[in-house]
Order: sequence, then structure tokens, then C-alpha cells
Amino acid sequence: MGLVRFGPRFLVALGIFLAIALFGVLGPYVLTSHTPNDVVGGLYDPPSSEAWLGTDNLGHDVWTNLIYGTRTSLYVGLLAGAVATLIGVVIGTIAGYRGGWLDELLMGITNVVLTIPSFIVLLLISITLQTRTASGVALVIAITSWTWLARAVRAQASSVRTREHLDIARLSGARTASLIVFDVIPYMLSYIIMAFVLQVSSAVLAEALLSLLGLGPSNGVSLGIMLHWALAWEAVRTGAWWAFVPPTLLLTLIAFSLLMMQSSMDEIFNPRLRRGAPRRARRGASIVAPGAVDRSAAAPASAAAGAIIAADEPVDAVTADRGGS
Amino acid sequence: MSLTRYLLRKTLWFLGAFVAAVMLNFILPRLIPGNPVDSIVSTLGRGGAEGEALRRVYEAYNAEFGLDKPIWEQFLLYLKNLAHGDFGVSFTLYPAPVSELIGDALPWTIALQLPAILIGWILGNTLGAVAGYKGGNTDRGAFLGSLFISSMPYYCLAILLLYAFAVAWPVLPPSGGYSFGTTPSLTPEFIADALEHYWLPFLSLVLVFIGGQAVGMRSMVIYELNSDYVNYSRGLGLRDRQIIRQIFRNGMLPQVTGLALSIGTLIGGALITEIVFSYPGLGTLLFGAIRQNDYPVFFGIALMITIAVLLANFIVDIAYGFIDPRIRAATRGER
Repeated sequence: MGLVRFGPRFLVALGIFLAIALFGVLGPYVLTSHTPNDVVGGLYDPPSSEAWLGTDNLGHDVWTNLIYGTRTSLYVGLLAGAVATLIGVVIGTIAGYRGGWLDELLMGITNVVLTIPSFIVLLLISITLQTRTASGVALVIAITSWTWLARAVRAQASSVRTREHLDIARLSGARTASLIVFDVIPYMLSYIIMAFVLQVSSAVLAEALLSLLGLGPSNGVSLGIMLHWALAWEAVRTGAWWAFVPPTLLLTLIAFSLLMMQSSMDEIFNPRLRRGAPRRARRGASIVAPGAVDRSAAAPASAAAGAIIAADEPVDAVTADRGGS
Repeated sequence: MSLTRYLLRKTLWFLGAFVAAVMLNFILPRLIPGNPVDSIVSTLGRGGAEGEALRRVYEAYNAEFGLDKPIWEQFLLYLKNLAHGDFGVSFTLYPAPVSELIGDALPWTIALQLPAILIGWILGNTLGAVAGYKGGNTDRGAFLGSLFISSMPYYCLAILLLYAFAVAWPVLPPSGGYSFGTTPSLTPEFIADALEHYWLPFLSLVLVFIGGQAVGMRSMVIYELNSDYVNYSRGLGLRDRQIIRQIFRNGMLPQVTGLALSIGTLIGGALITEIVFSYPGLGTLLFGAIRQNDYPVFFGIALMITIAVLLANFIVDIAYGFIDPRIRAATRGER
């Protein structure tokens, strides 16, 4: 299978994620004839042949809401994940590659932002915005979640900077921009991809958290908004399971598939996490030089997603934040 | 020397973060369109007060909240009030002071979260260490189970548990921190009642947390398994229990850092869990404040949580500096 052999765990996770994505993208055209605002029944009608998953507190079709909700949640997750990854990589690369006062300044800002609990900032900004679009919510999530990535990328970039191949590139007259794009970033690409997956997963959950509190996108429906109304109208205590079990399961499946994808990618990119791997660390391929790693840099990757670990071994520390067997 | 520098640096970061958090808490409420006093006065207006009377009420409130002063003076006033533990008064429950509302809710939140975090941390790390060391089916089951549970948002597990054990199979009370009609007191009956209400929120927090910790610890252990000291101990014929204990101590350090970094997320998730169970803590108070646009309560809680998280982070970081001798080497190696 060429360079990389993806294990079954990765393929299963990818399959689940793609199925959910298809459900959200094509669902509105194929799987339902309603829109989320069509009233098809009364308060919490149980599932029937008319409404497959019953109705919610306003008599809307839960199945239709689920499709549109998945769409919004994935949209917010992907947009926020992409923007957060972009900010993190740009700031981290500049700080790590440039060094000096710029490094100090950028990392100072990053550390301060990292220390303030991001969900509080998320709440504070969200409550200040009176109308919130899905894209707006995604951007707010993005600007509160790039910090750990910036720190991890900085640690890697500052170590890549001292490699010989960069000297050669410099001697052959490459400019800084081209050095960064062609000689620094490719060395961190595997980590950046994994970080992106984690960012998407935590952004989906962050959106759900905001929506659940009533601070989500003010137009449309998302999985979190469905849960918000289910809680506000006591669907759980009245036993209307169709109103809250489907969004709950979908949210969990999205997060689970993304985490599993990330952990199996980690195994591929970071052989030391494989069981029975040879003791020898891959000096040549390892991204981080000993000592260059801020020891906690790798941790928030998983911390953001609920599972916590900071790899402590200096070698490979940045990519070693989670593994599988 | 370098330990001092480490402590000093950490203290600086936390001070910076604290100042930034206070600034955010001061500036953001003032960016909300519409003067908060408008909303109080309009509530009063519905009660029948009119024209001139309303205007006087308006001015009185403006003066009381200090909104007629220049912004820098407002900021100084704000700082002074904070130093006295004064977060202002609630809009919806006027004139109840925010600090009193928070004071009532805080013990419930602490009683729920602190044991959950500690017990979850210990059990999760033990499970992860055993799974990582044993391998095979134990590992596969524990890993996939932990990964699934830990990727579940707190509130999702909470909702499912609530439905399963309080609605579908009603063995535990569905909501609140104690039964209706009782008032909190330190009598045995009340404590028994509160404990019964405690189980579901507590379980939903602990399970997710165990999962998260186990996933992390497991990969640390696999990482350590290849190291020389483990091979050596095996060669000496040490028993599994002893080897696991050594691995555990080595793998635990990064988990301490992980704990520090995740405390914010943890507390956030736990607040939502409270909402699901209508538990009388800060989360439920926050939910109500958001729904009723009760800004002083909202920002008061936000600041409280920020301070709590910063403090917890700080303590863990300081503790880390003391328990890990390598921290000196690492801080020195860091550019």
C-alpha cells in the first residue's frame, strides 16, 4: 500500500466520519422532504411512519433537524478547525523560525491566552455578540483554540531551523518564505494533520457546548441546539428519547471517529508508540531535538479532546501525545 | 536557582493571564449593545412607573452602577469592588448581590467536581497502566472502551445516564441536589438525600474522566515498556506488580501536566453536567443567567471560574516543579 499502511482502525474511523459527513451534506436533498422549520406534528410526538424520529417541542421533524444539525455542526467544526490550525501554524512557525524578540513576544501572548480557560473566553465573546451566524461561531471557537498548537509547532520549527538541509537551502539562495514553505513545514506536516483532526473534533464539541448553553448560532439548527431545546423542554424527564438520543449519539460518533483517526495516524507517524517497536528512537526522522521541547507542548492536543497526556520524552515528544497498539 | 526561575516564570505567566482575564471581564460587558440599566428600568416600567419617575430611577441606577463616570474611573471602581469580593447585584434577582448567589452555588460545585476529578484521575491512570502493561484483550477492550467514553462529551453521557437511571428505570432521583421541600442543613436525613442526588452527576463526570486519563496513561506505558529499566527489571525477575509500579511513577509525571492543562476543560464540562441534572451549582446558575440576560451574574461566574482554573493550574504547575527533578534540566534546555 505504498508508503503508509493504514490499519483497520483508521479505515473504520474514516468510514464512520465520511458516512456522517455524507448524511449531513447530501441528506437535505435525498433523505428528507421537509425543512427544519416545517411543523409536522405536535409536542414530542413519538416516532411514526410520518416522522421517523418523532417531533420536537415545536412539532418539527427530528429526523430533518438531525440532518441539518449535523450539517451545521460539521461546518462549524471544519471551519473552526481549519482556521485554528492555520493561526497556530503561522504563529508557531514564525516564532520558532525567527526566534529572538519576535519569538518571545508571540510565545508570551500564546502562553497568556493558553492559561485563561478557553471556554470562558468563548462564553464571554459569545454573550457579547448579539447575533451569531454559524461562521461567526466558528471563528470565535477558532480564536480561542489555536494556542496549544502554536506552542507545539514553535517547538518543532525551532528545532527544524537548525538542520543541515536548511543550511544547504540557504546557501543555494532560497528566500525565507520559500524556506519556510518548502523546507520547514513539510517536516511538521504529519503533526499538523493530526492536530487539525483534533481541532475539528474539539471544535464540534465546543459548538455543541455553546449551543447547549443557548449561545450557539442564532439562525438554523445544530446538534447542540437540538440538545438545548430538549433540555429546556424537559424531553429527558418526560421520556421523549427521540428528541435527545439521536443528537447525543451523533456528537459522540463524530468525536469518537475523529479521535480514533488521530490515534491511528499517530501510530503510523510515530513508530515508538507501536507495541514491540525497537528500542532505538528514530534519530534521523525524529522531529524534535532533545531539550528543545517545551514539555507540556504536546499535551493540550489531547486535553482539548478530553483525553489528557503530555509526552515527557524529549525525543518525539511532540508527536507522541497519543497512541494505540 | 533554576527551580526558582521556573517558579518565577510560572508566577509571571499566571499574573499576566490573570490581568488579561480581568480586563476581558471588564471590557466585554461594556461592548454589549444597550446599557444594562435600560433592561432593569424597562422591567420596572412594566410595573406601571412613568416618565419623570422612570428617568429618576434611571439616573439613580446609573450613579449606583457608576456608569456616569469616565471609563478609567469605572475600571478603578471595578478593581476596588473586586478586591472586596463585590461582583455587583443581579439584574433578575435585584437586589441580591452576585457574590451571595455564587456563594450559595459554589459548595455544590466543589463537592461535585473535586472528588470526581481526583478519583477519576487515580482510577483512570491505574486502568491505563494495567491495560498498557498487560496488552492483548484486556488492553484492546480497555482502550476502545476508554476512547469511546472519553470522546463522549460530558453532557452526552450525563443525558444518557439520566434517561437510563432516572426515567427509563427510575432508581435514582432525576434532578436537583436535594428533594423538593427540604432546605439544606447538616442533618443526617438531608445528607442521605443529597447523596442520593449526587450519584448520577458524579458518575457521569468520573466515567468520562477515567476514560480520558486511561487513554493517555496507556500510551505513556507502552512508551515506557521499551525502555531499559523495564527490560532490566524483567531480567531480574521482578513481579508484574512491581514493574507496573515503576512504570506508573514514570508515566505519571506527564499526566500531572495533563491534569493542569485539562482543568479548564474539565470544569467547563462539569458545569454543563450540572445543567443536565439541574444540580444547584454554578453551572445551573450560569445557564439561568444566560437565558435571562443577567449579565452581572454571568460575568461574576466567569471571573470566579477563571480564577479557580488559574489557581488550580498554578498549584499543579508548582507541584510539578517540585516532584520532577528533570524540570530543571528541561527549563534550562529550553530556548
